Amino acid sequence: MEQTTALDEERDPLMIAEKWIAEGKDVAIATVVETWGSAPRPVGSHLVINADGDFQGSVSGGCVEGAVVAEAVDIIETGKPKMLEFGVADETAWRVGLSCGGRIKVYVERLG
Amino acid sequence: MDPLHLKKLNAARRQRHAVVLVTNVDDGRDRIVLEGDPVAGELGEAIGRAFRSGRSALVEADGQAWFLNVHLPPARIVVIGAVHISQALAPMARIAGFDVEIIDPRTAFASPERFPDTALHADWPQNVIEDHPLDAYTALVAVTHDPKIDDPALAAALASGCFYIGALGSRKTHAKRVERLREAGFTGAQIDTIKAPIGLDIGAASPAEIAVSVLAQIIRALRTRGLEEARPAKGEAA
Repeated sequence: MEQTTALDEERDPLMIAEKWIAEGKDVAIATVVETWGSAPRPVGSHLVINADGDFQGSVSGGCVEGAVVAEAVDIIETGKPKMLEFGVADETAWRVGLSCGGRIKVYVERLG
Repeated sequence: MDPLHLKKLNAARRQRHAVVLVTNVDDGRDRIVLEGDPVAGELGEAIGRAFRSGRSALVEADGQAWFLNVHLPPARIVVIGAVHISQALAPMARIAGFDVEIIDPRTAFASPERFPDTALHADWPQNVIEDHPLDAYTALVAVTHDPKIDDPALAAALASGCFYIGALGSRKTHAKRVERLREAGFTGAQIDTIKAPIGLDIGAASPAEIAVSVLAQIIRALRTRGLEEARPAKGEAA
């Protein structure tokens, strides 16, 4: 995480994940663990997802969140963490690729 | 991730503690390490580097792959003195991503008209600091020139290990200040950490230029935290 602005409890993904767990929801956490080239979100950024499909935070500028949410729903069921990689590459990239030309690695795990 | 670890992590962040979430990406297990907690081996060294640099990263250590997610408390700047320099420093520091608070018991100085959109405390530093303690992720900038106001804040900053302490004043003014702090029981080594005259030596002339030199000096102190030996100081204003 970048060390900059104040902690915003209302919008902080990890605070939201804790709240969801307290409400008895199943939750997955996605974390940017590596970036190459121009990536929109720095290493350490989080997207949190619950079993209802609600999500907060981001791992890109909105380019791959859909794909991560879909994977997260599976991971909530199986409990097996997964390392996902996204880059801009081919025809299909418009849907789950990064238009900025960077590449990112995202670790997705179930909370609990 | 263990939900108890998430709770611990968030609690540490709320309390402005530096904390690393250590995840073994091979087996998915994680743990919380607070700054100062001993961790052995290569992993311990990597965690130490992560705390110093503030950079989260995948690392190989002890034959396994780990992700170290560093959460450092947001850096903030506490300014003693709602003076002309502070009026320039507050917006600049905000743009650079710092939380800024201004403390000055003189209500004519600490007015919202002079400091729009800034956290202001029209009270004595010792009162404000009691409620909002200083810490290792706080920079303390004392610019009133008035020992009655500056000194208690400087003493509190020295006692709480602020990553940056700067005080405005000529060498003569500072020599007297050093004497007072010595009498208050601080060691020479502690007092030497105070940047005085304040700011990097860029030949700053106006209040706004002095604010630039102070902000640059604060950023330097923040980004070289714990790495001072590795990067000798250059361009410090004596």
